[in-house]
Amino acid sequence: MRYSALALALIGVALGGCSEGVLDPKGPIASAERLILFNSLGIMLAIVIPTILATLAVAFWFRASNERASYQPDFTYSGRLELLVWSIPMMTVLLVGGVAWVGAHDLDPRKPIDSSVTPVTVQVVSLDWKWLFIYPEQRIASVNKLVIPVGTPIKFDLTSSSVMNSFFLPQLGSQIYTMSGMATRLYLQADHIGTYAGLSAMYSGEGFSDMRFNVDAVTDDGFAQWVRETRETGSVLDEQAYTDLVKPSKAVAPVTYRAVVPDLFSSIVNAGMGTQDSSLSICSTSRRAER
Amino acid sequence: MNLLGRLDWNAIPLHEPIIMGATVFMVLIVAVVFGFITMKGAWLYLWREWITTVDHKRIGVMYIILALVMMLRGFSDAIMMRAQQAVAAGGAQGYLPPEHFDQIFSAHGTIMIFFMAMPFVVGLMNFVVPLQLGIRDVAFPTLNSVSFWLTASGALLINVSLAIGEFSKAGWTGYAPLSGLQFSPGVGVDYYLWSLQISGLGTLLAGVNFVTTILKMRAPGMSLMRMPVFCWTALATNLLIVAAFPILTAALAMLLLDRYLDFHFFTLDAGGNQMLYVNLFWVWGHPEVYILILPVFGVFSEVIATFSRKPLFGYRSMVAATMAICVLSFLVWLHHFFTMGASAAVNGFFGVMTMIIAVPTGVKVFNWLFTMYGGRVRFSVPVLWAIGFMVTFVIGGMTGVLMAVPPADFQLHNSVFLIAHFHNVIIGGVVFGVMAGYNYWFPKAFGFRLDERWGKVSFWCWFTGFYLAFMPLYLLGLMGMTRRMQHYDNPAWQPWLVVALIGTVIIMAGIACQVVQLVVSIRNREKLRVSDDPWNARTLEWATTSPPPPWNFAFQPVVAGLDAYWSSKQRGRAKEDKPGLAPDYAPIEMPKNSATGFVTAFFAVVIGFALIWHIWWLASVGAFGAFLTLIAFAFRRHSEFEVTAEQIARFERAHQAGVAA
Repeated sequence: MRYSALALALIGVALGGCSEGVLDPKGPIASAERLILFNSLGIMLAIVIPTILATLAVAFWFRASNERASYQPDFTYSGRLELLVWSIPMMTVLLVGGVAWVGAHDLDPRKPIDSSVTPVTVQVVSLDWKWLFIYPEQRIASVNKLVIPVGTPIKFDLTSSSVMNSFFLPQLGSQIYTMSGMATRLYLQADHIGTYAGLSAMYSGEGFSDMRFNVDAVTDDGFAQWVRETRETGSVLDEQAYTDLVKPSKAVAPVTYRAVVPDLFSSIVNAGMGTQDSSLSICSTSRRAER
Repeated sequence: MNLLGRLDWNAIPLHEPIIMGATVFMVLIVAVVFGFITMKGAWLYLWREWITTVDHKRIGVMYIILALVMMLRGFSDAIMMRAQQAVAAGGAQGYLPPEHFDQIFSAHGTIMIFFMAMPFVVGLMNFVVPLQLGIRDVAFPTLNSVSFWLTASGALLINVSLAIGEFSKAGWTGYAPLSGLQFSPGVGVDYYLWSLQISGLGTLLAGVNFVTTILKMRAPGMSLMRMPVFCWTALATNLLIVAAFPILTAALAMLLLDRYLDFHFFTLDAGGNQMLYVNLFWVWGHPEVYILILPVFGVFSEVIATFSRKPLFGYRSMVAATMAICVLSFLVWLHHFFTMGASAAVNGFFGVMTMIIAVPTGVKVFNWLFTMYGGRVRFSVPVLWAIGFMVTFVIGGMTGVLMAVPPADFQLHNSVFLIAHFHNVIIGGVVFGVMAGYNYWFPKAFGFRLDERWGKVSFWCWFTGFYLAFMPLYLLGLMGMTRRMQHYDNPAWQPWLVVALIGTVIIMAGIACQVVQLVVSIRNREKLRVSDDPWNARTLEWATTSPPPPWNFAFQPVVAGLDAYWSSKQRGRAKEDKPGLAPDYAPIEMPKNSATGFVTAFFAVVIGFALIWHIWWLASVGAFGAFLTLIAFAFRRHSEFEVTAEQIARFERAHQAGVAA
């Protein structure tokens, strides 16, 4: 008993320590995913815990030294038990499978979030080894710094300038790959003001560990103010600036750009597809230096 | 033109003290082993009895020795990673720069899957399957030797990469385009590719060999439904090998074409498709998981039945479950990348298929439970591993099904939760299983038991160490920690990573106990000597002598039902029923030893090394040598020799005398 109390206490501490993680959601997608996580876990624990206990109990009771246990060397088949043995996992899988099928549709990353608020679009480009965020509607951009209005669905369009990465904001929900020459889409939303962690979840080479950034979820006014301030400072993200930015660099401090050339995102995607893009001759990728 | 291609003195990382230290250590061990062999004058013995052997039992033993050695190598990588992550918190960079850390996790995964787990299960199958089938060898004995030596060649190349050049920094999955020439211009990925191609060829040949053996060469009377479950799982695994390994070979071959001949299968430009690589890799990769786990399910079925003194419960269910897993394992690969942006229906389908695989697996767990029910369970070392497995594996299975729910995977993908999950099933499943098999069949292979006490200590170290090392990773995954991080800035993670390091140290103690167990057992082998059937077991391998003669059985066993040996014991042994009469032995044809395997593998290493370093003339020499070996083998005059009845009688008499004494 003492041990189980200790174990419970440890688990409590552990889960308490999970703030900032996926168990501490700050938006509708992450909340729904946590619910699914708990539901599936609950369904399975209902069968897994008894199985573990039964294994230990049967092994202990039928130990060779136990005189009271009956020896039944002919107990090798039972139609009823076989039926039970096949149906228990089947029913569990039926339940969890339902959760999976419905969840896959409800929480499809590219499904817009039901909301009366018009979404804000952010275009995300993973570079070696930093994140570029382009706000096409606001015509500004930033590196390793994401600011979003709270309570507003954010429509992320994502691509990569080089290898695969995975764009992940654990407290806001789903991650999705960024791939060169392709655009993926992801809807997320923050419901609470705060600063959250953002990162690449897919190993992408030497500077991968530092591909982290903060997400500031601010009020609408705060967002408008940030956009205004950003427009007044910093440089312009033009062709030249992008060509410099693409070069591999590690642990890059956040930077903002007061303006960005139009259609930068689609040129990056097109460049990645290898099609000849007329307006911008963007070098989509950076050849990494030989050791 | 440079005669040595890309190879020069800069290839040896003299400026890296950790790598050089490891290299010197490795070279020292090899020198000591070679010195010892020379001192004992054992080279000729080794050449005749082991290197050129085509005996499936000896090849099996060599596979397992290879696996154990590579486990030490892979584990050193593991403990270095754990130590790095335990210290590299906040602003700290730890003691391993990214350049080195990235090689270590790539090498750890590659070694543990391809050169530890694979050789171990293939080794067990090699040793056990022909004995259980009641036959004298596999279908193609020389090919079997070729398979082993090719696997060993791959392992050798990986170890060479430590000293000469570097290893891949693209992870054990080698995702393109990161593993392409553009982003990995060095020799690391080439080492990865060629060692996997060479050993993969060996594995494929082994698969062909075993499918043929099991389907065509069983003892008289042994219908498929009378085969021991281990043979069923071996059949399923080898069918998977034959079906899946060519996909890996093709995928890696395409990557090689990209890297060597400027093709564009997976490159970013010129129409290459990076998603294709990921798909192909996992179309092989998921069956691979079952290639590893199925034989181990077979081991547990044998161990639990034997030590419960009962037949396996629900044999037919077990067979059905095994074959169901075999088929279903090809329909789930996409769950490795739900986050690639496939449609909801695709993700949902693969999620549900993944869960369906859990059904036959669950059936197996329940059947083992009912096998123990009504039994007389002796808690010997193999049983401890088996029960430890049943408890641990259901947890790993559960977290696996959890991640098969696409929305849950959107949060847990690529996190250390995933790392915890697959170590949970691979350590808690495959490693526990091969350890059970190692302890179970050791007396059959060598005629003496492994020390029980050290075996138990080792089990408990592994068991507690595993939980301490990997339960924290589940939590860290939920806290948002991703895999493969050389350093991190969240200080809240550090205490858990320290706990994980402590767990890893306890696992190290477990491994040390296994080494001690082996040494102590060899030293006390006279005291630990056992009869032919020390566990009172059920299958045919226990019907012959321990260790078995090269021809396995003096008389061809004839099978009349399941658990062939158990029922013959129940009836009283036929052999001993004829007192006074000298048994009427008949001569046996056995395959002759052959150096083909070793020589082929030698040339494979030459080709691999030459291609890695772009030494084209040497690669041609190697290819020519391999071709000549094939010609020489194809034109051999004699491939078999006769064991006379007198030799068999002498062996049996000596054995009887040994048992009596």
